[in-house]
Amino acid sequence: MSKGVIRVVHLYPREMSIYGDLGNTRALAARIRRHGYQAEVVGHDPGDPFPDDPHLLLGGGGQDSGQLRVEEDLDRNADRLRTLAADGVPMLMICGMYQLFGNAFITVEGTRLPGLGILDVTTQGNRTRMIGPVVLDTEFGDVVGYENHSGSTTLGPGQAPFGRVRAGYGNNPDDGTEGARTANVVGSYLHGPILPANPRLADALIGYAAERATGEPFRPEVLDDGLADEARGRQVRRLTGVARNGRREAWSRPWRRGERRAG
Amino acid sequence: MPLRTSAAVLAGKTARVASRMRGGGSALPGLVAEKVDPQFLRHTLSQVTGGIVVVSGTNGKTTTTKMLVALLRAHGRTVFTNPTGSNFTRGVVSSMLPQIGPSGRLDADLAVLELDEAHALKFAATVRPTHALLLNVARDQLDRFAEIDHTARLLAGLARHTTDGVVLNLDDDFVARIADDEGDRLTVRYFGVHASIADRLPELREQDVRFGEPFTPPTPGPDDGLLRPRDERAFDIVFGECAVGPVTLQQRGLAAMINATAATTTARLLLGDAFSAQTAADALALVRPPFGRGEVVMVGGQPLELVLVKNPAGFTVALGTYGSSPVATMIAVNDNDADGRDVSWLYDVSFESLRERGVAWTSGIRAYDIALRLEYDEVPVAHVEPELTAALDAFTAAHPDEPKRIFCTYTAMMALRRTLAARHDLPDFGEEG
Ligand SMILES: [Zn+2]
Repeated sequence: MSKGVIRVVHLYPREMSIYGDLGNTRALAARIRRHGYQAEVVGHDPGDPFPDDPHLLLGGGGQDSGQLRVEEDLDRNADRLRTLAADGVPMLMICGMYQLFGNAFITVEGTRLPGLGILDVTTQGNRTRMIGPVVLDTEFGDVVGYENHSGSTTLGPGQAPFGRVRAGYGNNPDDGTEGARTANVVGSYLHGPILPANPRLADALIGYAAERATGEPFRPEVLDDGLADEARGRQVRRLTGVARNGRREAWSRPWRRGERRAG
Repeated sequence: MPLRTSAAVLAGKTARVASRMRGGGSALPGLVAEKVDPQFLRHTLSQVTGGIVVVSGTNGKTTTTKMLVALLRAHGRTVFTNPTGSNFTRGVVSSMLPQIGPSGRLDADLAVLELDEAHALKFAATVRPTHALLLNVARDQLDRFAEIDHTARLLAGLARHTTDGVVLNLDDDFVARIADDEGDRLTVRYFGVHASIADRLPELREQDVRFGEPFTPPTPGPDDGLLRPRDERAFDIVFGECAVGPVTLQQRGLAAMINATAATTTARLLLGDAFSAQTAADALALVRPPFGRGEVVMVGGQPLELVLVKNPAGFTVALGTYGSSPVATMIAVNDNDADGRDVSWLYDVSFESLRERGVAWTSGIRAYDIALRLEYDEVPVAHVEPELTAALDAFTAAHPDEPKRIFCTYTAMMALRRTLAARHDLPDFGEEG
């Protein structure tokens, strides 16, 4: 018997789900079902009426052209999204959508494009792309993924990051932070896609959504995450040089602060 | 030939011998020749009077180039091409050197060059191609180009530098749109799929979201080639009232058929009245699959097929092609530079066609990631073994009496091919062909 229906809204699946970000939606829907709930996935396209009572929102990265096409729709629904965020609705915004959830994006030419301001972050466009595999320390344990962005993001004072970078760039090449978290809204640059290999994060989002959908505490099932744990563990060991027993095998993270790859 | 260019030929040839002896890379001699004469490429290709054709796009360059060259040669033309897949101008120069006689002339009526999108544009800035065959724009090598839009712009730039004619993919919005800008100046031909298989189109193309309005492709004319399959292997290429076919390729699959359609449409444009449908069909039937594109190795009396996969469009087409025949399947995914370091794209492929038979082994550096991906499509995976040789041996031993297929990324394929060569007495294998 279903424990309840969880409504997942994927914002702009056509314009903003490059680099496999649709995998996040797929992973969430599958895990919601495995936990004994029913998943209802709704795609929201620019110009559509905003879905009623969403329990979980997802957004991904896109081409610049895709981003332009969604800005007007975001603007129209800005108040709605801010209210939902303040109300504790879980949201996962990756890359381009993470930037749009911030205060502003400042282009290379210096033009300031305002964002939703749900996350207190500001992104400066620059010509260097930050590309490569990433390992983070987060409240959800080790998180692995792949970043590919040219924007350099700075957290406002008091804004919590999503994680601390152990390998890779993160928000910017300098301060070792990655992403941002406010209430249950998580912004991050991590593709990969992020959720399949990091099921603790997926389940945390599902947990908040389940409470919202049913008015009761999340009642998870015990799932076998053997493949995800092995995939993640291997990336962590490979990229941080930390052996399974915790001993450091080799110190190598050449993609961080050292040589910059052209991109 | 200017004196400087002769000196460049000599220097390049010397470097070629030297690099052969050391087993060095194929680009070095070209580098040397270019150092001596920076205009080497332009000078040498200016002697080629029958046309300079560049083949570019994300998927199918190598196969299509091979087919186009075979078609032209079958019609009696002498063709210079860059067969080693040395995918940039220095590689072109390197492969040119052995074909330059003592007179300093390149012995060729036509040049057909396979170049990736970025290098094609650089090449075109030096040597203006007479013709360009633009295949498609797909998500690939994101580490390098970062954006599909950017790739599309590179191809549009290549068309802008072309002097006589372009052959465009009717079914790829990014490519077909190029006619809007260049159609008045250039002869435009299209290749595409016939209405009878239009249902396969969504799996073949990327969404072009750059423009608000959906793109309406032009109606194909009598000189545009359309692929009309007869069955899994045989097909016709339909030009208005005429057709080339039936054609049966040595390489299987829809992707290869589309490549043949592109090559034939281009050959017909280049050859004009000299084009013969019968000669074309015969020539295509003889083209051997390039290395790793559906190459079949006999292992213990059973065929083992290596299928190179490098992006969602290519993988999806490959699965659609092969999904129906029952074989034992292995998938090997590496994430070295040559594979693309980001494996996110595996989530843009649908693996449902493998659900019934399942996957026997996953392997490679990202063996667990592809197994996890398959789990989300409810495809059963029997074994995960990251080490490629161990996985290959276990896979072939466990399925002695049935045909086998390995979908693999580039460096995984290279490693598997090496092991297979050592175990099963394979013919020599060179670079990516
Ligand atoms: Zn990104």
